Amino acid sequence: MRIAILASRVRVEEKLLVEALQQRGVELEIIDDGQLMLDLARPDERWRTFDAVLCRSVSQSRGLAVSYVLEQWGIPVLNAARVTATCNDKLLTTLALLQAGVPTPRALLAFEQQSAVQGIEELGYPAVLKPVSGSWGRLLARVSDRDAAEAVLEHQETLGGYQHQIHYIQEYVAKPQRDIRAFVIGTRTICAIYRTSAHWITNTARGGSASNCPVTPELNELCVRAAQAVGGGILAIDVFEDEERGYLVNEINATMEFRNSSAPTGVNIPQEIIEYLCAQARQTHGAARAQLVSTSEGGTR
Amino acid sequence: MAQVAQCPECEAELSVEGLLVGEVLYCPDCSAELEVLNVGQPEVALAPQVQEDWGE
Repeated sequence: MRIAILASRVRVEEKLLVEALQQRGVELEIIDDGQLMLDLARPDERWRTFDAVLCRSVSQSRGLAVSYVLEQWGIPVLNAARVTATCNDKLLTTLALLQAGVPTPRALLAFEQQSAVQGIEELGYPAVLKPVSGSWGRLLARVSDRDAAEAVLEHQETLGGYQHQIHYIQEYVAKPQRDIRAFVIGTRTICAIYRTSAHWITNTARGGSASNCPVTPELNELCVRAAQAVGGGILAIDVFEDEERGYLVNEINATMEFRNSSAPTGVNIPQEIIEYLCAQARQTHGAARAQLVSTSEGGTR
Repeated sequence: MAQVAQCPECEAELSVEGLLVGEVLYCPDCSAELEVLNVGQPEVALAPQVQEDWGE
């Protein structure tokens, strides 16, 4: 088997994935997305030498663009481009969760300052403003009164690009100084961590600390449903615990970071990812072979 | 003798032994954030700045 890892940078996660592939004796190549030049109508034969491509670009836009191209060329990519596209966009994620009936915090969409303030006040203070395509917990704002709301919205409209003028407004969920990150691979929640922080933003990229969160049947079922809602694959589900409503799925990540999560959970996450990737690659090839046989049999009749 | 790369910022000599292309390291002399471009013929460059769309 031959696998490519698409990367912008080789971080701890990519090194762990390389190790897991080497342990399985899988041939691999790391492809730097910055070096690519894809002639869209002329698939590069180099890509056909791979049984699957694991998209690990730290650049969300590059990873998604390459995934679209490779899929059109018939190269299996994980996660699928439509899954990555949904997860990269908070609006699309929320819509997918709502459509699947997965509990999620209430969210509003507005495009102008006045209607955004109206929406925030409908939710009540504090409320959270998020960029639809943000990552690593950046540019999140918890606004506690109208002055703060107007200031943040004005900054977004004046300093941001057009995407920052799409105001995604989420109710503030008073979490118990922690949230849950659950790792779903295929149809299984393989492990989960609590991300604890005195700060309301609990991302480990922002200093939140990781500890094991037992995967109960309830948590597993919810997280698998959330993963399926966006199309499934290798996904990290961020979950809030609300005192009254129970679990609420906040976001889903398609190129998850896991360096701090194997130790507290005791689960070898990179190994689980690689096993799933190889199984998917085998399955895709099996289906392609069956299609080939069926086409060739059809042609001889 | 191990081949070394040169820091593009301060010209310090750096070993890239055991690293992978695309991996990030810090120059021990000037603390510049560097990216490995080649390990066969050691070469590093200033690492790209974090972009708005970077992350998970």
